[in-house]
Amino acid sequence: MAKELEIERERAGSGGADTIRNGGVDDAFAAAERQWRERVARRDIPPAKTSSGLELDILYTPQSLRDNDPLNDIGLPGEYPFTRGVQPTMHRGRLWTMRQYSGFATPKESNQRYRWLLEQGQTGISVALDLPTQLGLDSDDPEAADDVGRVGVAVDTLADMEILFEGIPLDRISTSFTINSTASILLAMYLAVAERQGVPPDKITGTTQNDILKEYVSRGTWIFPPEPSLRLIVDTIEHCFTHAPRFNPISVAGAHFHDAGATVVQDLAYTLADGLTYVQRCIDRGLKVDDFAPLISFFFYTHNDFFEEIAKYRAGRRLWARLMKERFGARDPRAQMFRFGVVCGGSTLTAQQPQNNIVRVAYQALASVLGGVQSMFTAAWDEPFAIPTEQTAEIALRTQQVLAYETGVSNVADPLGGSYYVEALTDKVERETRTIIERIESLGGMVACIQNGFIQKEIAVEAYRFQKRVENAEQVVVGVNRFARPEPERRLELYQSDNAAADRQRESLARVRATRDNSRVKTALSKLREVARGKDNMMPAISEAVKAYASVGEICGVLRSEFGTFKEPVGL
Amino acid sequence: MERSAIRVMVAKPGLDGHDRGAKIIAYALRDAGMEVVYTGLRHSPEEIVNAAVQEDVEAVGLSILSGAHLPLTEKVMAGLAAVGRENEIAVFVGGTIPEADVDTLKKMGVAGVFPTGTPLSEIVPAIRGAVEARRSAAN
Repeated sequence: MAKELEIERERAGSGGADTIRNGGVDDAFAAAERQWRERVARRDIPPAKTSSGLELDILYTPQSLRDNDPLNDIGLPGEYPFTRGVQPTMHRGRLWTMRQYSGFATPKESNQRYRWLLEQGQTGISVALDLPTQLGLDSDDPEAADDVGRVGVAVDTLADMEILFEGIPLDRISTSFTINSTASILLAMYLAVAERQGVPPDKITGTTQNDILKEYVSRGTWIFPPEPSLRLIVDTIEHCFTHAPRFNPISVAGAHFHDAGATVVQDLAYTLADGLTYVQRCIDRGLKVDDFAPLISFFFYTHNDFFEEIAKYRAGRRLWARLMKERFGARDPRAQMFRFGVVCGGSTLTAQQPQNNIVRVAYQALASVLGGVQSMFTAAWDEPFAIPTEQTAEIALRTQQVLAYETGVSNVADPLGGSYYVEALTDKVERETRTIIERIESLGGMVACIQNGFIQKEIAVEAYRFQKRVENAEQVVVGVNRFARPEPERRLELYQSDNAAADRQRESLARVRATRDNSRVKTALSKLREVARGKDNMMPAISEAVKAYASVGEICGVLRSEFGTFKEPVGL
Repeated sequence: MERSAIRVMVAKPGLDGHDRGAKIIAYALRDAGMEVVYTGLRHSPEEIVNAAVQEDVEAVGLSILSGAHLPLTEKVMAGLAAVGRENEIAVFVGGTIPEADVDTLKKMGVAGVFPTGTPLSEIVPAIRGAVEARRSAAN
């Protein structure tokens, strides 16, 4: 089929009188469009750009897709290059997973919230962990004192993970963990809990974010320097391939680049550049691309530029598939697939007229679905102030449910495919993204560009530029610089942090330390130290330490003393 | 007499890694003619106090989005008082801060609080004003 089309295109030539390329743009249409453009040009048309600064035409027509090949560039859902989606039947076949980021205080409170969310129709769990857990500090560490159980749930030992998933069947519910530096430890804990529930390894599904490179740039929960961090990541990928083949050990995240200020195009380029780095590290380890690449997924923020966000996901799928095939010779379609989850909200939400955030999140959710999303978290409208209450969390979940069950958007795969505008924008985003990836590679690759602070600076400059545009009202933000009004005295019912939770968590950690077999812990930790000094996969040693109820802080302590810590390039 | 440029430090106390706001503020203060020191992530209140004294800054901006603003700010204020600099160095707090906590922070002696959504056009003059007021009080 591809061959026939090639031949046909050859015959048609470029711009020939009887051209049949691309939806049959013929001379009559070209002439009509030329006249239309002449008439329209007499009007005063304000220029328009996407949020990334890509220039926009006033209208897109078949002529906009002159360089687009319907078979090879757009294709069919579930088929290379996956522009139209990773599954043949997309959301009619299976809705996206609704997964609300949630976790606070101790495992007991968070377990209750998860069960409540599942009762409300949520279809997966997304665990928010507190900063000490993310940074490898135990709840009784003085450095952790003010942050225990605050932005997420505290998990110190396997005992906490057992409580967190009590009564939740891990063979039927998939779980996503936003965890990076300590991902290997949390993964080992989760697999241990699943094992205890009697779940067979091939039934365990979920994700650990486990993307350290973006942490150095924009989320900040790094511990170790890049090299040992990358080794740990490859260890988890290798471990999952053999021990939990349906679990995604890494979710390469552009989310935090975008929320820190990166444009849509930078966001996609940096994310794919990170992804390529991880793939290369796995190849360097001797893993086969068709074995491990299907375990890699992606994660993004959907912000406000509706069509550009849709184009980001369509271009991301196509470019990733092409890169995996061209550069690494991936042949298994699953090894070429760019599967992704999203979060809607973040830095686009405003403290002013905060209930407008419900509307922003709903549009972002729609863009994500039209972009072909696999799982989604819709943030609550009170996110600019605090973590959500049960009421605001419910509206956030209902936003997805209304979209899924009332609007009909899930009925047809890639409903915007073939739109002159969306296809032209997809092409443009793909081209621009490739250019940035090549630039990063010419500068030494993503690791080098992070260590010298280049990426951090690109993003910060963009964030500042955006803020200035908001302040001089070039960039309209409703309720902030347009349609603003004096804010009434706010009577928001916000989440009240439970100050006693940290004490309860410290007490339960003390109980674990007092009742576990401490000699087993000691043996496990010295074994881990030995493995860390060598080249073997560290996951078996981490799993043994976890099963001995060694704490996150104790395990990280060993790794920190062996690997040292990352030195942040601080510059403006 | 030519006044020297205002020296200000933008700091990230605690474990929070969100630095978009901190960097935007740092750029804006620099564009407004101030000398800006940015600490980078994850500094203890004690390190921030020491750095502020060593860098001889007149204002410190604490950026906290983790919800830990009350205990962290309290420690910074106590640290400045311990070295006798609480009246010379103006402290500002910005980030994810519920309105109910604004007064509590001010009672700790904080010169200004900038919750999410506060425009730069409000933040920059507030810092300048507080520093100038301290300068004239000292003369």
